[in-house]
Amino acid sequence: MPAVLVYVTTSDGAADEVALQALALGAQVAAGGPVHALVIGDAVAAASLGAYGASQVHVAEHASLAAFAPDARARVIADCAASVGAAVIVGPGTEGGNTVLARVAARADLPFSANCSSASGLNPMSVTRSRWGGSLAEAARLHGDRVVISAAPHTVAINQTGGSAAVSTFAPALDDADLVVRVVDKVAPAASGISLAEAKVVVSGGRGVGSEAGFAPVEDLAGLLGAAVGCSRAVTIAGWRSHTAQVGQTGTKIAPDLYIAAGISGATQHMAGCRGAKKILAINKDNEAPIMGDADYAVIGDLFEVLPAISAEIRRVRGA
Amino acid sequence: MKVLVAIKRVPAVAGRITLTDDERAIDVKYLGFAIGPHEECAVEEAVRLIEANGGESVVLTLGAAESLEQLREAMSLGVSRAIHLVTDGEEWDPQGTAAAIVDAIRADEAESGPFDLCLFGNEAGDTGDYQVAVRVAAALGRPCVTGIKAIAASGSSVRCEQEAAGGRDVYELPIPAVVGVLEGINLPRYPSVPGRIRAKSKPVNASEPARPAARLEMVKLVVPQQEAHSAEILGNGAAAAPAVVELLASLGVL
Repeated sequence: MPAVLVYVTTSDGAADEVALQALALGAQVAAGGPVHALVIGDAVAAASLGAYGASQVHVAEHASLAAFAPDARARVIADCAASVGAAVIVGPGTEGGNTVLARVAARADLPFSANCSSASGLNPMSVTRSRWGGSLAEAARLHGDRVVISAAPHTVAINQTGGSAAVSTFAPALDDADLVVRVVDKVAPAASGISLAEAKVVVSGGRGVGSEAGFAPVEDLAGLLGAAVGCSRAVTIAGWRSHTAQVGQTGTKIAPDLYIAAGISGATQHMAGCRGAKKILAINKDNEAPIMGDADYAVIGDLFEVLPAISAEIRRVRGA
Repeated sequence: MKVLVAIKRVPAVAGRITLTDDERAIDVKYLGFAIGPHEECAVEEAVRLIEANGGESVVLTLGAAESLEQLREAMSLGVSRAIHLVTDGEEWDPQGTAAAIVDAIRADEAESGPFDLCLFGNEAGDTGDYQVAVRVAAALGRPCVTGIKAIAASGSSVRCEQEAAGGRDVYELPIPAVVGVLEGINLPRYPSVPGRIRAKSKPVNASEPARPAARLEMVKLVVPQQEAHSAEILGNGAAAAPAVVELLASLGVL
């Protein structure tokens, strides 16, 4: 029963969803041992963590931690792990989580397994981790009496224990060297509109859209549904749309209530980005396209006929 | 300016993945290979940095003899020369990979001066370890940012941008620095025929580092079980529209 420290990222007073999943993974590894949670700065979010399986919560308060500084965060985590005697450090397998955890591992030359969906034991620790953006799983062993892992997003169920945990605040030690890498400025997004990552509905076009102009019916339907417009990698490679619209392993990973994929065959790379969707509606001429095996619903047909017909029907129904 | 770009040869996986009989590798019998997608953009970025600032770009890989193909591809796009850490094809874990790259960087820098920037793909397309760039930077005592979608170098510092909620986060790092690049930072060019011809005669410094014991040890690979299901067909062509709208209403998204 190793002591576990979970790095819990927060936004605006609430723990991030993937961080709560990391907390559940941490409890899995701890197997009854203590589960320490570490929060940077956000005391409001910290107070809620006992209900998700933390047995003790530590809040690091330091003026220099207000702007994101990954090396400073890594030092705080490493020092906190040392002070609570944690052998296993867990965190969210998000972009920001993984870069901080990699630094925790690099500082002390510890092994790090990113994006785990399960973990047990120690030295070796057995993990199941994601490859190819989740299209392939790997059974692996981590060798070492101190290890670092991250939770693959949306693969571990959040643990609602309803418990409570003591919260203590501490002032971490930081040097200038820890703050060389930090966010010094923010620039506004180039494109306005609905954020792909947070949209409830996403309408995407793929190679079948055929051109930049071909996105008109995709945009029309998205506009009617208040949806974000996405696309496949083939589209961004062709230069028809900006990479910020790409849904996929190397683009944005989305988790909408409904994903409408028009003219998208469903390559591994693409499905790695939309696996989090609750429902998928595929619109494709080819009823044997790979996406038919992943979609919940399908319309077989030319997207240039189907999409305008759907938009017209929505207008008709709403007009009635 | 001197820029290093580290790449990885990965199979061009498209449809469903199939494994070899021992379940320790992807069956690549019918697959081509490519530079990983983030690294493809990192190569383009290295070439652009040198076009803008002058100097030399170097491409590095750790991989089997066949990885020479990807090194040549990078050189056909404009990279000056290559460093090939040749393996027997067995996978290296991320700690071993980073250590070998650190040794290679130190050796090259002893010969021809420091790299102002070392560019990496944000994560390998296949193993997705999210750590090699960070480990290399830590070992070299250099600042490192990852998830980067814009780089602007100016004299002694480099400005890097990262997509974040509500805009982009900006970092200013002193040079030398290490940067993990994301696909989308640029749209990579295609190699020209003269570029391909020139690449054939560009120098490749090959060596065979010894593989340390893996601390992240792959036991076996598993293709995730897909629920045997097929999509519910709502209809064909435009005639399906009413059924689709009914579905939208039932899902509460209309």
